[in-house]
Amino acid sequence: MKCIVCVNHVPDTEAKIKVGADGKYIDKAGINHILNPYDEFATEAILQLKEKNGGETLAITLGGDSHKETLRKALAMGVDKAILLKDDSVRDSLSVAKALAEELKKHTPDFILFGKQSIDYYNEQIPGMVAEILGLPSVTAVVKLTVEDKKVICHREIEGGQEIVETTYPVVISAHKGLNEPRYPSLKGIMASKTKPITEIQPIAVAPVVETITMFKAQSKQAGKIVGTDAAAVPELVRLLHEEAKVI
Amino acid sequence: MTKFSGLDYYEIDGLLTEEEVLVRNTVREFTEEQILPIIEKNYRIGTFPMDLIPKMADLGMFGSTLPAKYGCAEMNNVAYGLVMQELERGDSGIRSFASVQSALVMYPIYTFGSEKQKDYWLPKLASGESVGCFGLTEPDYGSNPGGMITTAQDKGDHYLLNGAKMWITNGTIADVAVVWAKLNGIVHGFLVEKGTQGFSAPEMIGKHSLRASVTSELIFQDVQIPKENIFPKTDGLKSPLMCLNQARYGIAWGAIGSAMATYNTALEYSKTRIQFGKPIASFQMTQEKLVFMVAEITKAQLLCLQLGRLKDKLTLRFPQVSLAKRNNVQMALEIARMAREILGANGILDEYPVMRHMANLESVKTYEGTHEMHTLIVGQDITGIQAFV
Ligand SMILES: Cc1cc2nc3c(=O)[nH]c(=O)nc-3n(C[C@H](O)[C@H](O)[C@H](O)COP(=O)(O)OP(=O)(O)OC[C@H]3O[C@@H](n4cnc5c(N)ncnc54)[C@H](O)[C@@H]3O)c2cc1C
Ligand SMILES: Cc1cc2nc3c(=O)[nH]c(=O)nc-3n(C[C@H](O)[C@H](O)[C@H](O)COP(=O)(O)OP(=O)(O)OC[C@H]3O[C@@H](n4cnc5c(N)ncnc54)[C@H](O)[C@@H]3O)c2cc1C
Repeated sequence: MKCIVCVNHVPDTEAKIKVGADGKYIDKAGINHILNPYDEFATEAILQLKEKNGGETLAITLGGDSHKETLRKALAMGVDKAILLKDDSVRDSLSVAKALAEELKKHTPDFILFGKQSIDYYNEQIPGMVAEILGLPSVTAVVKLTVEDKKVICHREIEGGQEIVETTYPVVISAHKGLNEPRYPSLKGIMASKTKPITEIQPIAVAPVVETITMFKAQSKQAGKIVGTDAAAVPELVRLLHEEAKVI
Repeated sequence: MTKFSGLDYYEIDGLLTEEEVLVRNTVREFTEEQILPIIEKNYRIGTFPMDLIPKMADLGMFGSTLPAKYGCAEMNNVAYGLVMQELERGDSGIRSFASVQSALVMYPIYTFGSEKQKDYWLPKLASGESVGCFGLTEPDYGSNPGGMITTAQDKGDHYLLNGAKMWITNGTIADVAVVWAKLNGIVHGFLVEKGTQGFSAPEMIGKHSLRASVTSELIFQDVQIPKENIFPKTDGLKSPLMCLNQARYGIAWGAIGSAMATYNTALEYSKTRIQFGKPIASFQMTQEKLVFMVAEITKAQLLCLQLGRLKDKLTLRFPQVSLAKRNNVQMALEIARMAREILGANGILDEYPVMRHMANLESVKTYEGTHEMHTLIVGQDITGIQAFV
């Protein structure tokens, strides 16, 4: 079984994000980058698929040299090989998807895993686009994955519940939190990753069709509202949390 | 509290390799997720969190610089130091466990042991299946271990061990004890297995420090040790001191982790605690403390990094380790005390990690050679005059 995970290198959740001088993109200077958290679930998923069914695993990313750090983490977790589609230029989702699909095709994978979304730009487009380009079934936001012979059964997170769907592989799956408990890269795994290859490939160029006009940070939050100071305020608080904040 | 992202005021990360950073980040995450949520409770009730042992072993934290053929990670000494740093950001007791298992049990078995001892014990200790302890200190011989009275007698087909050790980390939970005893007046190392007739390891109670770590007495009454359990390659008192040197190296790094934990707590607290209508971070006296902390931690980081590089080059001299242990533990203790001050009354609560670190560091300052003994080691090194006696 051949399983591939596409991973992204994103700003750490704790990083203080600044908009770059061009007013269009995140300024990457001086901020910590990590393996996109949803991609950790995807990486764990392909490792488990290999452990159960044998075969090989590959991680692919598209980006500049700094993306190697993230590939290294995937390798340290246990992925066999990695490919860096080396390109630091500005791309929209479709051009990334096309470049990934072009590379993925060469490997005839059985499973292509993605994280549900990257935590930087939140587009949630790439898994679906890649599936479309490759003519493969696509299942998104998967929280449970079982493979029986050719059958692939996925539990999907939906509003207020779950949906169970069935398809066959080759398939493109995007992983949601809950799919698994991603392993830590072991110290041995990290040492072993030094000898695993990262191949650099020039991805195909695709002109963007969506252009970012501007990007800005949300205004800081408004001051909180004090509903009351004793038990009498509870019903009103519950009402506001339910109707206004919509959190309960 | 926001996720910890380290302190790197001088872009020291740039001096680390990709693997070293990954090792550090992995253990940092481990500490965040596995140690910090449980440690206060263990500390309060005075127990070691035993279920961390297999988890730490899975990650490869035991004997991580030893060869892969024993199931070890075969990392360099800087990566090992970074592991100690991150563990001690959690708790000195957890770092102590890893230090003892790695530097005081696996290291001597690897360095002084027979092939058979190595093949038998190292994989078990690496996988966490077995726990080890190191018995050097005695009730009447601490800083002066050469005076030890525990003795082994050659009885032909076995050795007979008599005596007692005290203050032994992991003693009660250990499957094997590395015990130092005099045979014909010369210090030798022996492997004593749990359950051997005449050997007991009662836990010491009443500690105000390192409460999430097991500390024990080891009692030997006519214990028969198989002949094959002596280390064949030791060289008197120098051998246990070589072990201590390994452990001290890890402590020098560990202290940085502890200091980062208390500094970070103080920094966050000072930015949100309002007195006289302003965050206390806006008062000059608070800033002075925070700046002291950053300066000391940064110096300690650079000290340890160079120490590690020297160790990897095999040009390290032991007084250099003494200097680092002495400096870093002292600075961590001072930072813990300042952090406590910045937190005011909140500083004494176990809602914050500060008092726990401070109390732990009192042990760390004493074990593996007291602060004073390290002063004398460096003093002798630079003056050529021995001032121990
Ligand atoms: C929690 C904990 C865990 C420990 N774990 C272990 C372990 O796993 N294995 C092990 O073998 N030991 C262990 N120890 C023991 C530790 O190494 C000793 O406590 C340490 O070596 C000091 O010995 P002592 O306590 O007997 O103090 P002493 O040697 O009695 O020293 C008391 C004081 O006198 C000072 N002093 C002594 N001699 C001189 C001198 N010549 N000049 C100036 N000052 C001097 C010391 O610096 C110290 O301040 C542990 C200790 C603690 C607290
Ligand atoms: C065990 C215990 C028992 C206590 N018992 C009592 C009691 O019986 N009755 C009672 O009323 N109180 C009691 N207290 C409270 C005690 O008096 C307060 O903790 C003390 O006044 C400090 O206040 P705080 O803890 O809020 O710290 P904060 O006032 O928040 O101070 C935090 C830090 O900021 C510094 N700081 C604050 N303002 C400035 C400034 N302008 N310039 C420079 N630095 C500044 C402080 O020195 C401190 O280091 C008790 C406290 C403890 C720990």
